[in-house]
Amino acid sequence: MRDVAIIGVGITKFGELWDLSFRQMIIEAGARALEDADIDGKQIDAMYIGNMSAGQFICQEHIASLIADHAGLAPIPSTRVEGACASGGLALRQAVISVASGVHDYVVAAGIEKMTDVMTEQATGALATAADQEWEVNAGATFPGLYALMARRHMYEFGTTEEQMAMVAVKNHNNACMNPCAQYHTRITVESVLKSPPVVLPLKLLDCSPITDGAACVIVAPAEKARKMDRVPVIVAGTGQASDTISLHSRQSLTGLMATTRAADMAYKMARVGPEDIDVAEVHDCFTIAEIMAIEDLGFCKKGEGGKLTEEGQTEIGGKIPVNTSGGLKGKGHPVGATGIAQVVEIVHQLRGDAGKRQVKGAEIGLTHNVGGTGGTAVVHIFKRGD
Amino acid sequence: MAAPRFWREIPNRYNLIGTRCGNCNKVFFPPRYICPQCRRMGKLEPYKLSRRGKIVTYGVVHVAPEGFEDLVPYVLAIVELEDGPRLTTQVVDCDPNEIKIGDEVEMVFRRIGADREDGVIYYGFKFRKVE
Amino acid sequence: MNVGIVGYGVYIPRYRIRLDDIARVWGEEPSRVKQGLMVEEKSVPAPDEDTATISVEAARNALKRAGINPQDIGAIYVGSESHPYAVKPTATIVAEAIEATPNLTAADMEFACKAGTAGIQACAGLVEMGQIKYGISIGADTAQAAPGDPLEYTAAAGGGAVIIGKNDGEALAEIEGTYSYTTDTPDFWRREMRPYPKHGGRFTGKPAYFKHVVSAAHGILRQLKLTPQDFAHAVFHQPNGKFPCQVAEELGFSKAQIACGLVVPKIGNTYSGATMIGLAAVLDKAKPDERILVVSYGSGAGSDAFSIKVKKAIEEKRDLAPKVEQFLNNKIYIDYSTYTKYKSLLVR
Repeated sequence: MRDVAIIGVGITKFGELWDLSFRQMIIEAGARALEDADIDGKQIDAMYIGNMSAGQFICQEHIASLIADHAGLAPIPSTRVEGACASGGLALRQAVISVASGVHDYVVAAGIEKMTDVMTEQATGALATAADQEWEVNAGATFPGLYALMARRHMYEFGTTEEQMAMVAVKNHNNACMNPCAQYHTRITVESVLKSPPVVLPLKLLDCSPITDGAACVIVAPAEKARKMDRVPVIVAGTGQASDTISLHSRQSLTGLMATTRAADMAYKMARVGPEDIDVAEVHDCFTIAEIMAIEDLGFCKKGEGGKLTEEGQTEIGGKIPVNTSGGLKGKGHPVGATGIAQVVEIVHQLRGDAGKRQVKGAEIGLTHNVGGTGGTAVVHIFKRGD
Repeated sequence: MAAPRFWREIPNRYNLIGTRCGNCNKVFFPPRYICPQCRRMGKLEPYKLSRRGKIVTYGVVHVAPEGFEDLVPYVLAIVELEDGPRLTTQVVDCDPNEIKIGDEVEMVFRRIGADREDGVIYYGFKFRKVE
Repeated sequence: MNVGIVGYGVYIPRYRIRLDDIARVWGEEPSRVKQGLMVEEKSVPAPDEDTATISVEAARNALKRAGINPQDIGAIYVGSESHPYAVKPTATIVAEAIEATPNLTAADMEFACKAGTAGIQACAGLVEMGQIKYGISIGADTAQAAPGDPLEYTAAAGGGAVIIGKNDGEALAEIEGTYSYTTDTPDFWRREMRPYPKHGGRFTGKPAYFKHVVSAAHGILRQLKLTPQDFAHAVFHQPNGKFPCQVAEELGFSKAQIACGLVVPKIGNTYSGATMIGLAAVLDKAKPDERILVVSYGSGAGSDAFSIKVKKAIEEKRDLAPKVEQFLNNKIYIDYSTYTKYKSLLVR
């Protein structure tokens, strides 16, 4: 197996992109990534596209072919990868494995979701198909509902407060204000989160990530080729993926995601680093409680202390472990299939040192953490500056 | 949804029929068709579960999915049955402000949903607090 | 007859609306409405309750008291005028939910408010002829009434289930006899595809309710050579509080004799459930050897009368399931606007 690097990144604006179609979005992200990598599209050997549900959002399946076609890259092999909201992270992992194995040299790992071509109720219904239809959704569960169940239990077991959860949203909105591609450029307060309309209590509207259109793309290549290019190479130092029960009720613990712990263990081992070595992390904060659980499961603090770590400001830029400098899913937006790739885009910027106002000083090792459903899938990647 | 998808699970939904592994005796609900521990060595057979349990966690749904709008606000909960397995369910006929983790609940028979106005009506379990 | 009741159970939804609230909406004087009907409040089904769910809960409670193997049930009849489907039986849903399938006969019954007692007669016949060991008859409704119609004050939801078997040691009461009186009297009806029933106003009284209830009661008294004094309790169909009191007086029964089974003031008219719940309320309290007269009434029109004698087994069985009084007291009040939502009068 050979070392693998990210040599180019591209992302669209995240938000309600009324005037852009699915096709336009993916092409925009792809073209930017190629431009950033300074290579020609003809050099691309294969594509892996993370997408949760074009079938439900735009009534279009077979999108891997559609994208190869509209990118002008047919006949190269193009494959859609699906793992609910973790689809993007899984697409990257497939691309990394294909380059590491020597099968391909230059591979596109992209993610896209066009969510606003359906009404909000249809979008939330589509998202709920990532939960167990027979035994969760039929009982009246929604995604906010299932995360509310975790939040309530976390509050019960560890004394986590609604204020601490609100602080996650406040921080991520602050970070998003510094990210030009983020959906929200508005600051919020703990009070406004607490007073926002109830969705599934204890989660309120501002505890939830929004419905977002967006696409992101990275170019994966052998590290040896990246090192010959005249910019800081970002090496994929570790990759890990794990599965758990699709339904929340079947899990031993309701206050953490075993899939995250396992995927992180794999990635840390492969990268030969530990949580204490991570300088910056993009974690899956689809709901505020999800970030609190993620920073615990990833080992940035002990189980149960995620709320406290947030309250202390340790996850802010300038804190011990800056989390979701991009604004996260909460502030940057959450086009589900694109999220896992968008996280990589942010970490690459952070490691290159070109993240602008939200730059974490001296960041050398970064981590991305992408979750599917309520934790049935988790995928973790660790990146290092390769210079 | 066509009727068979719900119909084939009527025993599970009406009467909490789960499965039990004849090899390790572990009980599953919702039913599993291979024991995750024993896998092919296991032998799963139908198992009727106790209709009582305790609330492990809950949320109060204010924004409901399609078909559940008239129930708002309703309590969504994970209930641990006396036999061990846990399930996701609604807790009905209660004041959401009076629900607590650890509350004892028992199964009731309710309408779960329907295929629009002219389609099949689906029934099954929900839970209510034991008075 | 060699037939007895081996189990009984009821279910009444927890929600209630006060008649005052309904009266105010329509500009009526609440106290006048309540006095006229002798009803204080009525039960309302939750949005996820219907005749099938009420029937299942009542049947499960009846099974708790009977303590029998549901596989020994050979017949299930569900009487209602608000079956969830126009075509597709409620009885099969109940059969499955009480694990009585598949070796049994099942059917839905409809005879306005007396379909539940018609089912008791059908079960009794099958038991007596040796065709089945046990039969279960359920009367349940989520009664419909057009907004503003006088029926709206009383149309309620609830149900009762009775398990019929041989009159042996496990029977908690003996059915001594039954007598029916039936004519073609269109006092109340609902046409195909119409959401609400229509009625003949005052025509529902004398030529309908009173004539049939009185005739059936006289019939059974004559048949069994009994007089009102032979009965400790009497249960008459109770579309409101006034009718059963008047008919009791006409037949020579005292207020004390009907007190136990008069539940309508607290829950309204549960239609097919009404007589069944009234009987259950009496069985909850009656002593062994006491005799109960039960007379149902279904518009259209007919009455089924039963003479029931309570047996020893009642004492060990009645505490095995929730009693009517528990359902009467366990309530959550809702206002008229919530009521309209629960009854799907408000359409999104």
